[in-house]
Amino acid sequence: MSELIRLVNCVMAFDDVTVLNSINLTIKDKEFLTLLGPSGCGKTTTLRIIGGFEVPTSGDVFFDNVRINDVPPYRRRVNTVFQRYALFPHLNVFENVAFGLRVAKVPKADIERRVRESLDLVGLRGYDKRASHQLSGGQQQRVAIARAIVNHPQVLLLDEPLGALDLKLRKEMQIELKRIQQQVGITFVYVTHDQEEALTMSDTVVVMNDGVIQQIGTPVDIYNEPKNAFVADFIGESNIVPGVMHRDCEVSFAGRVFRCVDTGFAPDEPVDVVIRPEDVRLSPPEEGQLDGEVLSVTFKGVHYEMMVRARDFTWMIHSTASEPVGARVGLSVRPFDIHIMHRAEKTEAAS
Amino acid sequence: MSRRLRLTAVPYALYALIFIVAPLLLILYYSLTTGQGTALSLDNFRRFFDPSDTVYLRVLWRSLWIAGVSTVVCFVLGYPMAYILSRMKERTRHVVSFLFILPMWMNFLLRTYAWMTLLERTGVINTVLKSLGLPPLELMYTAGAVVLGNVYNFLPFMILPIYTSLTKIDQNLIEASEDLGAGRAITFFRVVFPLSFPGIMSGFTMTFMPAVTTFIISKLLGGGQNALIGDLIEKQFKVAGDWGFGSAMSVILMVLILLSMNALSRYEKENAGGGLM
Amino acid sequence: MKVLKGAYSGLIFLFLYAPIVVLIAFSFNGAKSRGAWGGFSFRWYESLAQNADILHALRNTLIVALLSAVVATIIGTAAALGMHHMRRGLANFMLNVTYLPVLNPDIVTGISLLILYVFIGINLGFSSLLLAHITFNIPYVILSVSPRLKGMNRHIFEAALDLGAGPVRAFFKVIVPEILPGIVNGFLLAVTLSIDDFVISFFTAGPGVSTLSITVYSMARKGIKPEINALSSIMFVVVLLLLLTVNIRAGRDIRRRAQTHVRSHSPRALSSREH
Repeated sequence: MSELIRLVNCVMAFDDVTVLNSINLTIKDKEFLTLLGPSGCGKTTTLRIIGGFEVPTSGDVFFDNVRINDVPPYRRRVNTVFQRYALFPHLNVFENVAFGLRVAKVPKADIERRVRESLDLVGLRGYDKRASHQLSGGQQQRVAIARAIVNHPQVLLLDEPLGALDLKLRKEMQIELKRIQQQVGITFVYVTHDQEEALTMSDTVVVMNDGVIQQIGTPVDIYNEPKNAFVADFIGESNIVPGVMHRDCEVSFAGRVFRCVDTGFAPDEPVDVVIRPEDVRLSPPEEGQLDGEVLSVTFKGVHYEMMVRARDFTWMIHSTASEPVGARVGLSVRPFDIHIMHRAEKTEAAS
Repeated sequence: MSRRLRLTAVPYALYALIFIVAPLLLILYYSLTTGQGTALSLDNFRRFFDPSDTVYLRVLWRSLWIAGVSTVVCFVLGYPMAYILSRMKERTRHVVSFLFILPMWMNFLLRTYAWMTLLERTGVINTVLKSLGLPPLELMYTAGAVVLGNVYNFLPFMILPIYTSLTKIDQNLIEASEDLGAGRAITFFRVVFPLSFPGIMSGFTMTFMPAVTTFIISKLLGGGQNALIGDLIEKQFKVAGDWGFGSAMSVILMVLILLSMNALSRYEKENAGGGLM
Repeated sequence: MKVLKGAYSGLIFLFLYAPIVVLIAFSFNGAKSRGAWGGFSFRWYESLAQNADILHALRNTLIVALLSAVVATIIGTAAALGMHHMRRGLANFMLNVTYLPVLNPDIVTGISLLILYVFIGINLGFSSLLLAHITFNIPYVILSVSPRLKGMNRHIFEAALDLGAGPVRAFFKVIVPEILPGIVNGFLLAVTLSIDDFVISFFTAGPGVSTLSITVYSMARKGIKPEINALSSIMFVVVLLLLLTVNIRAGRDIRRRAQTHVRSHSPRALSSREH
């Protein structure tokens, strides 16, 4: 896969508020890339820079190695699916989808054919005469997608496209979007605050916070090897405990020394220790590395979620077996399930 | 509580019955009577629509024509202004729209009278022309003067609703249009203009309706030969004393206006759809 | 492009303000003629103070405006409340009736009231004028109070009752503050419409009872006394000052809103705006 879009040191400031802080990002051709982060983290601004709706305060945007900072949206081979669809209320479904083709003065017969093809692709055959306000949220979503891909863009930008849909529809659309992306074979840049959505659909996930990229990687990398406490916490639930890294592969937290697999920290550096709830294993109290008391148990469908108090810290534990409240249990963690991170105070931009 | 609160509308219901409903029924009744006897007849309406003497129909036609021209001029002048206004920064926008409303706070008659000062044979414009050595213009007492008076008085009614509908357009739609390859001009004609249609509609209504029925502007600026339907009605009540005929013309005017309002709102409903609401 | 926009706006404003400027300028004209400039003078302002006709008309205008606005606000607010609690069908019917004077041409409203007065034998005079103004003012009060009632949370009244307020107390503590902006707006609208009205007053005022509009109308054809220029300049300045104070306050509100908006640029505020 070759490089398609590159953002170099992009900074975006509105008045005095810096929204993006030196973003460096490479997007490859035909990949499904997701910008993930809480609201206000700068993901939508990044998308709007790629779409041409914002010009970065400083830094450069390249498309196919051509600098496009000042190219207006209507001259970019990029199309957008807007957050609340932005369907034209005065046009019916057909005319909404045909809009870009009519503007580009595509011959009539071609318009007819291409609109039908893309309505077929999103599963809306026969809806062409409907007014946009007669459609359900999910259908409007599909029209917005059809309206964008009918123009054969090289990149499709999607700004939280599933945010307004209910859970069930959202799951369906996730699969649907992935299918469409593979069928059309173009790059998708997807913005969401939903980590599960990001992990299910993407080839590459870019985690952002406070206008800074925290980590870029495959979903598996991001989940298993979060680079810092923010990513760990944002991607799934985590136990984050303060600790001290004595030397390579040896960390102490919760009043005990543990073996781990991380290396390259300064001697006795204070660190954050991140442990996933499903990686804490329960045992009889005397067999665990730590022992504690069960505070609460909640059934979550597939597993139980237990809160266990041990050594001044309340651990969240996911387990298929449950222990009664008040029971004493032992806790242990395998070395490779212990993730060591530099302290969150000096968040690092992963570039 | 809600049962008792309902009763607070009773005084108004009575008031409306006496002062809104009854007078309209009375107009209808008077329109069906003539000076002779109490028998009801359609004579007044026959007189108005008399094919052998079309003097009244011609006045009605002139009223519609002058009002139509005034409305179109208002639209042509007002749309660009409303558009410019809608593109301004929020704070400037408030100041400027305030400046539009301000002249409307001056008494309607005085504003019209001020135009007489400008247009008269010895008025400001002709004085300026004379001092430049140019011949004076006959500006007063023409159909053009009536149109000017209408445009002057009703222009803000055209600008403000269009401006409102322009500012209501979702910025995302304009971005969507640009995203789909439309430059500024195409975006305007394909997206902005169609979406400002509700504003244009109410602008048309709010200028056309008062322009059709006015009798002050036509009287002050148009003189005798440019009488409109409003002047005719006024004359029946104030001079001629033929209340039956005056009432008949009022009924015709009322029906005309209510019908066109109805048509407009139906048109709006069909074309704008729920999406704009 | 920017220059073009500015020039266009300038021309439109010139068109809108030229007559007003002329009027104010001539109020300081030393000469009586409208065509000639006779030097700067306060002459017409002085003779205005002595012109009993104009002052009388001014007094009538203000009294009718205030009285009719007060009565219309009371009846109209009560009506809006009642209609809000009625069955849909009946309320819609009353609303349609309410729209009649708004949609009807003024001239039709004027002559219909004239016919009514003659029919039931009310003498044309001050009270007929006042009743007419109340009639065309009520609908505007109703139409500005109703949306407020509609926008109000239905449960706040019940919440007040639930918290121990009696119905009357709950009404004044909870509902009145909610709809007050609508009431004030309706009142101001009524005052303005009443002052500005000519057509309806023209048909419903008796001989000898004159408002400013009627005075201007009768003068306009015989030649307007320059005192009217002086009076309208004064009124224009008064309205301008009134509007400026109101608007400056509104402007400050906007600024305050903008500030809170910037301050609340936190993720939570943004997300609540996004959904």
